[in-house]
Amino acid sequence: MGSGRMATPATRSTTTVVIGAGHAGLAMSWWLAQRSIEHVLLERGEVANSWSSERWDSLRLLTPNWQSRLPGYGYEGEQPDAFRTMAQTVAFIQRYAELIAAPVKTHTKVTLVRRSGSGYEVATEQGNWRCRTLVLASGACNIAQVPALAQGLPSAISTLTAMQYRNADQLQSGGVLVVGASASGTQIAEEIQRSGRPVTLAVGEHVRVPRVYRGKDIQWWMDAAGVLDERYDEVDDIVRARNVPSLQLAGSPERRTLDLNALTRMGVKLIGRLAAIHEGKAQFSGSLRNQCALADLKMNRLLDTIDQWASENGLDDKVSAPQRFEPTAVEASPPLAIDLTRGEIKTIIWASGFRPDYSWLEVPVLDRKGRVRHDGGVVVDAPGMYLMGMPFLRRRKSSLIDGAGDDARDLSAHLASYLSHQGRDAVVSRAHSRGIPTSP
Amino acid sequence: MATSKVENGVNVDALLGAREALSKAPQAAKFQWRATCKWINGTHSRSTVEGFYGLGEEHKHKTEFSFDADHPEIFASEDKGATPVELVLAGLASCLTAGIASVAQLREIQLRSVSATLEGGMDIQGILGMDSEVRNGFEGIKVTYDIDADASPDDIKALVAQSQKRSAVYDIITNPTNVTVEVK
Repeated sequence: MGSGRMATPATRSTTTVVIGAGHAGLAMSWWLAQRSIEHVLLERGEVANSWSSERWDSLRLLTPNWQSRLPGYGYEGEQPDAFRTMAQTVAFIQRYAELIAAPVKTHTKVTLVRRSGSGYEVATEQGNWRCRTLVLASGACNIAQVPALAQGLPSAISTLTAMQYRNADQLQSGGVLVVGASASGTQIAEEIQRSGRPVTLAVGEHVRVPRVYRGKDIQWWMDAAGVLDERYDEVDDIVRARNVPSLQLAGSPERRTLDLNALTRMGVKLIGRLAAIHEGKAQFSGSLRNQCALADLKMNRLLDTIDQWASENGLDDKVSAPQRFEPTAVEASPPLAIDLTRGEIKTIIWASGFRPDYSWLEVPVLDRKGRVRHDGGVVVDAPGMYLMGMPFLRRRKSSLIDGAGDDARDLSAHLASYLSHQGRDAVVSRAHSRGIPTSP
Repeated sequence: MATSKVENGVNVDALLGAREALSKAPQAAKFQWRATCKWINGTHSRSTVEGFYGLGEEHKHKTEFSFDADHPEIFASEDKGATPVELVLAGLASCLTAGIASVAQLREIQLRSVSATLEGGMDIQGILGMDSEVRNGFEGIKVTYDIDADASPDDIKALVAQSQKRSAVYDIITNPTNVTVEVK
């Protein structure tokens, strides 16, 4: 870091530092304000930074407008069932930040967090903060995951991650292999195929759902039937539930279903999960048929749940009749290898998932897989530290904008109670022998 | 599942307990499986399995098991055992079937009968070195299950699908594996 920087701003203090001013951090800010807890939100860029700078151009939210509810804030427009563009999403979140007058410090990138006395010290590029409690709201999708086997790719192949992809014009002409068939991979595959570049889609575990079911958005059903409110301490296997891939959904104005059958009809070729790259050949798993069978069966179980709920709640004559969709079509013998030296594939897009970035977190709270150990967002190994915005953090909807409010309410209550206990037990230590260097 | 009336002969509590214990000591989850093989005569050989490593220590099967392999007479062999590729099919069938029983127990589905038929197509021009574009191994494997159980057809399909998802042999066959063969 710049050795020319002379003045180190004095360390400031507050009760709670929230790292990240996206929807999750802002929902937490609203609740902290309700509870009169002094706090600050440290944001590396502008409010809603990831939405504005780390998504492809055509992306729309996968949840309908009505469903983005934040504490004290909802949708009042004319198109509740439409899907926001990224620009609209950013505007929506920024408007919320203004409305609730969230104490956001923008362009304040956190470089280090460490324990200090009974609280935490947070170093940023704009000086240091000291706090008693800390909320990690920096997002679940900071880094695009690229499998280790990518190192074996022939050099002639261009690669992009789903986070680097903006539009098909970035790509040279010729074939494209999209690796991963969850929300990002299926949407990107569709767009690239439409651009005239033939797409092969490598399909591993995925979650198939129709966009619209019995005339209503699938999210409406999951919301109404309570599926999204299912709690982390109610599911059989929370580790598994937190690792389920994103739903194969797209937010198109036509509310189209974008499943593998739709992609196949468009000319996209389905292939198994990318398993290895060996001597210039990409090798694919022979498990495609079962991956599709698992997803079809899982979708039908969800539709069964919805149908049952609809009957029990007297909706059967108010919505269209139950329906089951064609099983995913898989060709008899999908190819098991593609020779990447033959020129058939020019570009590979990694849509193989995202992970959070905790490179600045020097408090030992991560498990061996690099995930924060937490109990419904209460960080297990660090009293006073909380986590927001992770898949199934406290509820199935925790990864949605719509899930932030309830999680923030619960976790801010825990945080407030922690503060009151801590206040009784201890005189907050004022003198710290070691500060955090601004240039780690 | 103390209250469960379902009895498929699988101790699910023990399996779940092992999973819980291993999540705290992932190193103990490292296993090594072994086999030895002796040539007898012609294409006839006998493989044996006895010892293996896991949970941080050496283990032994209750007895040594042995498997004869040979080729049928139409390959000018003496047919003193299954062909090795048939042993692969047997391994896949046993692995998937064990998985079905375990998943059924976990999901409280009573099985009455489970049988599988496996077919592996092969063009032997590959192994005879007649056509380098023909692979040695199976062109594909088809497994057909016939299952009688206290469950809906979709729940039975889900059992079979989940068993594939968790099967070691299914993974071994559907994904590439690095194989190192050395000579002492």
